[in-house]
Amino acid sequence: MRLEVALPVIIPLFFGALTLILWRWRLAQRITTVIGTGLMLLSALWLLSATWQDGILVMHMGNWHAPFGIVLVSDLLGAIMVVLAGISGFATAVYSLTAMTKRHEAFGYYPLLHLLLAGVNGAFLTGDIFNLYVWFEVMLVASFALLILGGERAQMEGAIKYVTLNLVSSALFLSAIGLLYGLTGTLNMADIADKLSYADNPGIITVIAMLFLVSFGIKAGAFPFFFWLPASYHTPQVAVSALFAALLTKVGVYALFRVFTLIFTQDVDYTHEILLWVAAATMLTGVLGAAAQFEFRRILSFHIISQIGYMIMGLALFTPLAIVGGVFYIMHHIIVKANLFLVSGLVYRLKGTYELKELGGMYRSHPMLAILFLIPALSLAGIPPLSGFFAKFILIRAGVEAEAWWIVGVALLVGLLTLYSMIKIWAEVFWKAQPEEYANRPVHGSAGSGVLYLTIGGMAALTVFIGLGAEPIYQIADAAAHQLLNPSLYIDAVLGER
Amino acid sequence: MSPQFTLQSLILRTTAHFLLPLLLVFSVFLLLRGHDEPGGGFIAGLVAASAVALYMFALDIHSAKRVLRFEPRDLLGWGLLFGVISGVPAVFMGQPFFTSQWLELTLPVLGELKVGTPLLFDIGVYLVVIGGVLLILLSLAEAED
Repeated sequence: MRLEVALPVIIPLFFGALTLILWRWRLAQRITTVIGTGLMLLSALWLLSATWQDGILVMHMGNWHAPFGIVLVSDLLGAIMVVLAGISGFATAVYSLTAMTKRHEAFGYYPLLHLLLAGVNGAFLTGDIFNLYVWFEVMLVASFALLILGGERAQMEGAIKYVTLNLVSSALFLSAIGLLYGLTGTLNMADIADKLSYADNPGIITVIAMLFLVSFGIKAGAFPFFFWLPASYHTPQVAVSALFAALLTKVGVYALFRVFTLIFTQDVDYTHEILLWVAAATMLTGVLGAAAQFEFRRILSFHIISQIGYMIMGLALFTPLAIVGGVFYIMHHIIVKANLFLVSGLVYRLKGTYELKELGGMYRSHPMLAILFLIPALSLAGIPPLSGFFAKFILIRAGVEAEAWWIVGVALLVGLLTLYSMIKIWAEVFWKAQPEEYANRPVHGSAGSGVLYLTIGGMAALTVFIGLGAEPIYQIADAAAHQLLNPSLYIDAVLGER
Repeated sequence: MSPQFTLQSLILRTTAHFLLPLLLVFSVFLLLRGHDEPGGGFIAGLVAASAVALYMFALDIHSAKRVLRFEPRDLLGWGLLFGVISGVPAVFMGQPFFTSQWLELTLPVLGELKVGTPLLFDIGVYLVVIGGVLLILLSLAEAED
């Protein structure tokens, strides 16, 4: 019995219920949320260190044993993801202390935030494919409500696209689970993997694999199903945007990593070849889309898509080094992307707009913010010694070793275009003088922005830390990749030695 | 007093006063019966919520709220909290979360009584369902007002 496996799910559920009870007391809700997300982060770190020391940990919920009961499983990938969810959840909670207005909080922001985190952590830790679907839905229900928090017209428009596409994805996911259950008679992922390893009808397995690919591809924002993302991510409150950017698509990526390393490895030449094409197309369309945008958060949204491409590239190459690169990329990306959204929120607070052409002169007026923007921006583009450099370096090296030259070419080109986009934001927001006619608009001013600076600075410090201390991070990613490429470790941990 | 929601029926209004306690008692019966026989927190919560809803239709929203005494949202929160807490005792017994813990009591009048964490979980579900259904119903009724 390992308590730490369940804590990252139980803690947000508990604190979510608590904030619901404390509905009428705004201050109490805020304090509870900061404490709750902080405890969640601590429990996640505990889980990671326990998983690092003792290997894959399993908890049979309610003492119903696998494959019949529902298990929570923490392998290194899951534990890493939970830590990242903890970091972004905690950062969002602290950032919200200033950034959330009373009006938005009154729509139930804090309970929803906890519900979202519970769903995300549940998805990362569950070892049961139907339970994965349930956690996906928990997460989606919370995200629907968070997306329309405030109820403005643009939000509704974005939310309709988001909801529709995600419902299609959920329907496909559910059908695929049904087919898989019909084929294997089990829902436990380890058991499915075990049963499929001696199945003799590869055709239908590949069909099911493709259903999962489409379904998770929609959630991850992969080509050609990404369009819900830039349509919706720039509409909610910026703290919500940051949390979505950090976590939601990554749950899809995580699910792809899970099923395409554990379950669907029968016909790697076919399935992972498709993944590789998807990766290339995702990278390119994302970055080209960003090049055409002139709104801060829209640019960032399109960059999420192109970055998802890199992660899928790591999975698709399917060599040990490539998987390491993919996992490293996820770690780097969540921190950096959340931070860029947080910066955009602070810029909005100071200047009252997200439009690049209306912004300017921030380098002169807020040099500290300019530096704090540069760190994640350059990291995103892959400039050494920041975290993005090592993430890209590992992936490209893996591509070269696998002699997949064209994908290496695409990845390098996309890196260059990412730099172009970041320089565009830098030049427009920070460097050029602000056009006269937009200079004097009423804004919040800098009151209470200390908390925002603190959050952004903390996340930037993490980016620098991942860059300068790449070796230990690499080793964790390496061990995670080792577990992913040896599914028998996972299967034995869940089902016991047979 | 909203005209749309007051069905001006003397019969309904009179029976609602009797039906409300009966339905609530029945819902508790269903709740307690739940674990091994048909029943349980979900269906019991629906019965209790429909009792209040019937009262609302027979009289009006304000009396329904008065009868409920609690904010539906608070019921929702407490229910969720009970649900989560019901998983915790197992941990102190060195078992995984949500493993059922049972306590057998022999009481003088009632005889043998089995109490356990699943009952707490069911009470949680009961409150969540009442809270959830009535939150929706009362909000809709108020919007109509």
